Amino acid sequence: MIRTQRLAAGVCALLATLTAGIAFPAGANADETTATAPKVDLVIDVSGSMRAKDIDGQSRMAAAKQAFNEVLDATPEEVQLGIRTLGADYPGDDRRTGCKDTAQLYPVGPLDRTEAKTAVATLTPTGWTPIGPALLKAAEDLDGGEGSKRIVLISDGEDTCAPLDPCEVAREIAAKGIGLTIDTLGLVPNAKMRAQLSCIAEATGGTYTSVEHTEELADKVNQLVDRAADPVVTPVAVEGASSCTKAPTLKAGLYTDREEFGQERWYRVDVEPGQELRASVSVASDRAMNPDYGVLLRALTTHGREIVRGEAAGNGRTDVISTGLRYPKQESDDEAPAETVCLLVTNSFSAASGVKTTPGMPVELIVDVVDGPSQADDVASFGLGRGWWLLGALVLFGFLAGLIWGWLSRWRVAVWRTN
Amino acid sequence: MRITRALGAALLTLGLAAAPAAADSSPSPGASEEAPTSAGTSFRTAAEIEQGQTATASASTGDYLYWSFPADAGRRPTVKATVKLPEAHAGQTWQIDVYDGLRRRQACQYGAQTRTAAQDAASVELVCVLRTVRAWSETWANDPLPGTYYVRLTAVGVRTADLGQPVAAEVRVDSEDVGGAAAVDGRLAEPLVPGVSTTKDQEEDNASAVLSDIRPDDGWSSGWWSDRWAWTGIGAALAALAGIGGYTLTRGSGRPSRVPPGA
Repeated sequence: MIRTQRLAAGVCALLATLTAGIAFPAGANADETTATAPKVDLVIDVSGSMRAKDIDGQSRMAAAKQAFNEVLDATPEEVQLGIRTLGADYPGDDRRTGCKDTAQLYPVGPLDRTEAKTAVATLTPTGWTPIGPALLKAAEDLDGGEGSKRIVLISDGEDTCAPLDPCEVAREIAAKGIGLTIDTLGLVPNAKMRAQLSCIAEATGGTYTSVEHTEELADKVNQLVDRAADPVVTPVAVEGASSCTKAPTLKAGLYTDREEFGQERWYRVDVEPGQELRASVSVASDRAMNPDYGVLLRALTTHGREIVRGEAAGNGRTDVISTGLRYPKQESDDEAPAETVCLLVTNSFSAASGVKTTPGMPVELIVDVVDGPSQADDVASFGLGRGWWLLGALVLFGFLAGLIWGWLSRWRVAVWRTN
Repeated sequence: MRITRALGAALLTLGLAAAPAAADSSPSPGASEEAPTSAGTSFRTAAEIEQGQTATASASTGDYLYWSFPADAGRRPTVKATVKLPEAHAGQTWQIDVYDGLRRRQACQYGAQTRTAAQDAASVELVCVLRTVRAWSETWANDPLPGTYYVRLTAVGVRTADLGQPVAAEVRVDSEDVGGAAAVDGRLAEPLVPGVSTTKDQEEDNASAVLSDIRPDDGWSSGWWSDRWAWTGIGAALAALAGIGGYTLTRGSGRPSRVPPGA
């Protein structure tokens, strides 16, 4: 009896181990997908002005609800969607209370469509338009995880909670989190609102859209949610140093950093003989800039000699200015050690007057190290030619050679015959 | 003599047949995969298109739209973009910029790269003809090299009142084969595709996103075939024929005339 029990216990233990063994990787996998799942937070304005009946004959709120229902139906499975409201709860006149009025209507996570729809149905236009505070809270909602993060802000009025500039808030949010984008949609916008919402969008590399019809709203939000679901490479945060000796050493990959106006950023890359270093850098224009700007990427030896540089300059409206360089390191016979190449990134952006200069502008850096180019692997270097001149020359020389050969052989025959 | 003529004709035919065969490798319109219907908003998210495809996107005035396409050595790509503008708008200036795989801006040889649409104009068309893509260039040069190319389409001059209005954009890239005329002495080990070194390491892991997963339909050219083979081959054959001709001219036929028969 005891023996049987022991046997049973053994079998149980074995089973448990097996199950754990099988279950564990599955669990790890699930974790991984949650960690990299794209997150979207829809931030909807529920201020009093949403009562206005000017979208296809229905109120802005009704149009937004209808669009939300369509969006919730079409949201891809892998997207974690949340909904946040602003100005939904406080109908009073106290500015300080009104400007704190933002609430999470549906938490960011796996989507339960019915629940989310029920929550949306309860919304009634009420209070103020605290865009800045709502964005800050939305960024908190999206905290954690490594997937792409997107805030979609739907508003029908400009921020009523100065002096907190939502544009600066957006920049600070973007500077804190990696890969966070804010897209804005303006319902029946006026000029001031357009300027503010497009400023918020440009601060984070997002887009701004004016909406006049319900259909447009649903289409656009769907497009933005789908865009969030597209897999993209998440950059690695790195902080460049002020000199090459202190600079971080980078391997091949995609990096992101921040650079202030007139700041130098140094990085180091090790390049083996016979390898080619490829580096590209782009500096984003995330605030009101003066219209002339540039970026310079230099590759230097540790002694400060410039090897090669990439430079770009531009003027006018832009989202980003970018340049790149290539540096193939010569192959050497003796086993030379890898060379440390210093990369220096500088920019010549300048802020328009009255624009905050911190945080710095987003910098994206791509480093690739591949095999060096070959010099004798191309038809041109085999000595092959082309063109009518080549053909003419070949025919001419062939003909001349034939003439001489013929004459020589005739002369030889003649000499042979006479002797 | 008849044999020579036949041989010459055969060689010429071979050469002529080889030349169009080389030129015909341009991807056919309406290629295998469906063209993307949305555009990216940054280099990192650029929508990948193939040459000969017409990609469409709905967007808002003021958006920066990005597409990427592969361009191989010996080809001269032409980027065409059409933007359908909303019904009512002020005059706006649109522009396409092309960047190579190192995100260096590439010059347009000709074509209307920037164009201003008059007030309430229905659409604006932009064209950019790039320089010929070379297989290799000096490190310090900005020559176009084979690899990924990025197209950025945006309104550079737009009033605040027009921001955010819906527009529809269409982009198409075609390329002309320049052939061996563009051959240079060298070749890159890897095309200028961003992230190419990291992509190679994790080839089995298909799920992870990559910076640029782009390659031409028929793969990157190896640099071995060029119409220079045909030119040089035909040249050599013609030279041989001319040589035979020259030889028969001076050698004459049979025995020399001044040697008496039976000597």
